[in-house]
Amino acid sequence: MLHIVNKSPFEKDSFTSCMAHAAESSTVLLIEDGVYAALKGSSVEDQLSRAKVVALQSDVAARGIEGNLVDGIDLIDYPDFVDLVANGDGVQSWV
Amino acid sequence: MSDIKKFLYVNRRAPYGTVYALESLEVVLIGAAFDQDVSLVFMDDGVFQLKKDQNSEASGMKNFSPTFNALGDYDVNKIYVEKESLEARGMTMDDLMALTYEDEDDDWAEKSSMHLVSADEVRDLMEESEVVLSF
Repeated sequence: MLHIVNKSPFEKDSFTSCMAHAAESSTVLLIEDGVYAALKGSSVEDQLSRAKVVALQSDVAARGIEGNLVDGIDLIDYPDFVDLVANGDGVQSWV
Repeated sequence: MSDIKKFLYVNRRAPYGTVYALESLEVVLIGAAFDQDVSLVFMDDGVFQLKKDQNSEASGMKNFSPTFNALGDYDVNKIYVEKESLEARGMTMDDLMALTYEDEDDDWAEKSSMHLVSADEVRDLMEESEVVLSF
């Protein structure tokens, strides 16, 4: 299952709820303000280890946080995004 | 009698997910034309508005962060950033743009507009203000 989070984890609880419900085998994709969940040293950093977390590179770059991310977060582009959706076994958006 | 009021703009939203941040900056710049006593506080996700190195080219959105550099020219030079908000996001003042202004009372010396404040100090800023505008 691919989970997509697009809200800041500091403003809404969608990221926290997603990480509490995502299977370990799932992928969590952070887009838009959701990319802030991948910040190193933040209050939600501990939750990142519960599943594989990737983030959309262009949204990370827009927010200027590429140098502030936790190690091990893969950055993907739009074609990768399409592949994740098309090749996976379902998508859940935590809007 | 002075007509100058103490204005406080409270910025609590991240820059791109919603239009609040851009609209706030527009209002601050418009309001700056009216010679009021203006302070800006950045707290909660609002601290992300001042993040260095924003590059929105690939996302197709307008990067409006360079516009913050113009605030000093409009005599908007009291920029307060809440410490607790930065810490919760794993950031320090070094992650933010170094906004400055030229002090006309000190031979136009370039000085920092950025002030790190605690939540208690933000509370005092709110109490001291006559007009609070929240974004």
